[in-house]
Amino acid sequence: MQEVNQELAIKHGLTVGEYNKIIELMGRNPNLVELGIFSAMWNEHCSYKSSRIWLQTLPTKNKYVIQGPGENAGVVDFGDGDVVIFKIESHNHPSYIEPYQGAATGVGGILRDVFTMGARPVANLNSIRFGSPNHEKTKYLLNGVVSGIGGYGNCIGVPTVGGETEFDECYNGNILVNAMNVGIAKKNKVFYSIASGVGNPVVYVGSKTGRDGIHGATMASAEFDEDSESKKPTVQVGDPFTEKLLLEACLELMQKKSIVSIQDMGAAGLTSSSIEMASKGDLGIKINLNLIPCRENNMTPYEIMLSESQERMLIVLKKGKENEAKKIFEKWGLDFAIIGRLTNTKKLELEFNKRIVCSIPIHSLGDNAPKYKREYITYNYPKSINHNSEIDKLDIKDSLLKILSHPNYSNKSWVWEQYDHMVMADTIQKPGGDSAVVRYHGKNKGIAATVDCVPRYCKAHPKSGAMQAVCETWRNLISVGAQPIAITNCLNFGNPEKKEIMGQFVDSINGMKEACEALDYPVISGNVSLYNETNSVAIYPTPTIGGVGLLKNINNMMTYNFKDSENIIAVIGETSGHLSQSALIYDIIGNKEGPPPQINLKEEKKNGLFVSELIKNKLVNAVHDISHGGIIITLAEMCMASNIGAKIKVLGSNTDKIKYLFSEDQARYLIEISKKNLEKIKKIAVTKNIKIDFIGKTQSEIFEIENNLRISVKELKTNNESWFKNYNKI
Amino acid sequence: MKASVIVFPGSNCDRDIKISLQKFDIKTSMVWHADVKLPKSDLVVLPGGFSYGDYLRCGSIASKSRIMKEVISHSKKGGLVMGICNGFQVLVESGLLPGVLIRNINLKFICRNITVKVTNNKTNFTSKARRNSVLEIPIAHNEGNYFASKDLISQLEDNNQIVLQYCDATGNINEQSNPNGSMKNIAGIINKKGNVFGLMPHPERAADSLLGGIDGSLIFKSLK
Amino acid sequence: MKLQVIVTLKQDVLDPQGSAIKSSLSNMGFKNIEKLRQGKTFEITIKEKNEKVALSKAKEMCEKLLANMTIEDYSVKAIKE
Repeated sequence: MQEVNQELAIKHGLTVGEYNKIIELMGRNPNLVELGIFSAMWNEHCSYKSSRIWLQTLPTKNKYVIQGPGENAGVVDFGDGDVVIFKIESHNHPSYIEPYQGAATGVGGILRDVFTMGARPVANLNSIRFGSPNHEKTKYLLNGVVSGIGGYGNCIGVPTVGGETEFDECYNGNILVNAMNVGIAKKNKVFYSIASGVGNPVVYVGSKTGRDGIHGATMASAEFDEDSESKKPTVQVGDPFTEKLLLEACLELMQKKSIVSIQDMGAAGLTSSSIEMASKGDLGIKINLNLIPCRENNMTPYEIMLSESQERMLIVLKKGKENEAKKIFEKWGLDFAIIGRLTNTKKLELEFNKRIVCSIPIHSLGDNAPKYKREYITYNYPKSINHNSEIDKLDIKDSLLKILSHPNYSNKSWVWEQYDHMVMADTIQKPGGDSAVVRYHGKNKGIAATVDCVPRYCKAHPKSGAMQAVCETWRNLISVGAQPIAITNCLNFGNPEKKEIMGQFVDSINGMKEACEALDYPVISGNVSLYNETNSVAIYPTPTIGGVGLLKNINNMMTYNFKDSENIIAVIGETSGHLSQSALIYDIIGNKEGPPPQINLKEEKKNGLFVSELIKNKLVNAVHDISHGGIIITLAEMCMASNIGAKIKVLGSNTDKIKYLFSEDQARYLIEISKKNLEKIKKIAVTKNIKIDFIGKTQSEIFEIENNLRISVKELKTNNESWFKNYNKI
Repeated sequence: MKASVIVFPGSNCDRDIKISLQKFDIKTSMVWHADVKLPKSDLVVLPGGFSYGDYLRCGSIASKSRIMKEVISHSKKGGLVMGICNGFQVLVESGLLPGVLIRNINLKFICRNITVKVTNNKTNFTSKARRNSVLEIPIAHNEGNYFASKDLISQLEDNNQIVLQYCDATGNINEQSNPNGSMKNIAGIINKKGNVFGLMPHPERAADSLLGGIDGSLIFKSLK
Repeated sequence: MKLQVIVTLKQDVLDPQGSAIKSSLSNMGFKNIEKLRQGKTFEITIKEKNEKVALSKAKEMCEKLLANMTIEDYSVKAIKE
């Protein structure tokens, strides 16, 4: 075996200080296998060493939360003995290196996190961000990632129901692929990773172990440089077919009473799964590596422990249940091997060719893992900017069409039509709406889910940006008639060793915390992806939020398309005319300075609950959250989704009109109401102190602003639907 | 009416089709691909999905599975067989239906609602639909591009074996309404004997108004 | 000149398709298959008389397009017509 020294430790991504700590904890020099295990467990991806102290400050409880962060995924109560289990995770670096396989294995990984907990996955979502469309790699990466997500989700038969796809040059060297999955289970059939019972058998199931992704987790924790190209051979290949079999086999076994605990082999494979199970149960674990099903000959203990081959699980069974379990996995044609036992030594002990090749006290890997309070700065809310000179002469129609045909605001059906969003026959609100909704299988209730973040807001002021991301998911859930329950977060940032980046992270956490607390909307799972930098250029801070809500009665589900002409159109919430960082100013004019819109959490909650009440009492016909592009784009989207036109009236000068129509003030909704409900709504609005502007009415086929513009909905659609098709023409 | 739904490793619309069949009072049992015997059934359904991961060619490995011998003999005896999406691919790979399904012309997976024209309603599978009526049913596939020799196509036409054709909302069959490049806009065909039906659209996804449409119900009503 | 290019997955890379085909063959009675890996072939006719030059062009094609060098290997040879 190769000699272990400081130099080798540094090659493994450890610092000198960390290496010395290993020697101290072990009371001796580690051997190569042990060094590999420490480096995998102590890297940023597995240890959260830069983020842990901050993550602990997030609210993680409300009356629905059954399991918060710390397990494979979070669990919330959905009533009637039902639970919903969900999590989001990044697969950024692997997807940049091999977009198809990187994205596919990202989907595979998050699916396993959810079904490991005993849930049947019922919805995939994702947030994918690419560099500028003109960047030479963007088209290749976009196509690869989209077909990878589809390739995996379609094959395993879990619908991909929602997400976001955006472009910004800040992602030129580091794309983001964040995958979320939502599953359903019975409350009394949730499985955890806490091992218990000395002597219980440890079982390996799923695919064989190959040399895939060795040190993938270490790669995900390092900045990119030109060298990354040569790290390519570590890319894993996803096998959704095997995962489908693994899913069915695990769910079948979970119907029996034989599992003590279960954990999927994700980042750092067998190493982190075995250590996590034993450490949570305060036990030891002994594994004979000769018993691991291997794909290649002559795999070394180092390779076996660090392999990130996909579609594998580790299970602790009750003694005597081995045959029952084996039969199930054999029926599904999967590998099943009893590879070790739980012990009372509190050590990770590995045997290979009748020799002990590793013996590490388990607490030294987890509890004693490094934890850094890195230096950070705090960002002030930027000074406001007067945009009058930029917008004085702007033509409203021209600006509308420019936004509608901009890559970020174009119709994304080119993307989501490559995903099977209907399999399982429960998708009752398809991609394109505010939130996706799937029926809780066999029940009259639904699960609403959405993924959101506006990185340009986060860059301009990280705290407001993170608050906004939380609020936007909340609003999107409200808009479909759901009650927001909890969130999962995927925190994508640059190099935390720089105090500017760490500052973005800390401020984002603080913003998220405030928003979650105000809305009683806790974080129940998530993942942190740091070092998203290439040649020292970092991505914008991108705290992607996945929100999940409960739709108590699916017959009350709301949609955003207009239902009829001659109905009234109203704006809920205050429009102050905030233009900095809006789609118009940032993407069309190209001015990236100035503050993002302010978040007022009281308004947010008040307006949201008001809209909820209207939906519950069937007083509205359509609801759409006002986000990118402001009122005008939101209105256009409602028209395009229904082929119904609208006529609205805006007062003031051209500048006033532009401010009213394009500003991105928060906590606002656009609604369609029938005349017969108008007085009722006005009354409730007064008692609840809600700002409501009645701006016009729906009409057939023409989108119209009085005395200003007239355009057919068909023309809007042509503008909105062409970008992706033209960009991806072969 | 009794139906058996064959479950191959990688099938993923097996549950969906079972729910639809049962909704229309068709007794349904699930049959594992490795089973030796087919339960007594009037109808065998090969469901959608990715049997064997669609590896090698879509449907090819499933067509060699043990239960398929039984399915073939069931069809020889005149029993009804319906293959949806991946099931259609299994039927052409096993020779129960002629032709082949190749990759979509745009080389992409396509999942969306499309419209098909019922070209032939004198079948066990479409009798409740009016001839030339237009049904809105979703498709979700990567390999649904029907291809056959010229001779075979004219045979299919002569024998009225083309059952469903992609069309626009008003029933015009043209290139714009062809989502995947299929010859003659073919979305579904039947064998000469009229007891084996293969179609790319998913009727089980269009049999519940909450899912956005119920046009697929006509197929289940016809079977009943 | 006619060239044949064979692209296969690198030896260490998982080949889900190959293993599914292998197990299906063995279910069909072909019991003694030890290993099966699948790949793609390309037949390329190129206007070039010099075999060396043609082969090096084909290699370039592999590295730039035909093979995904992250997970695949390739081989090229000239075939007699």
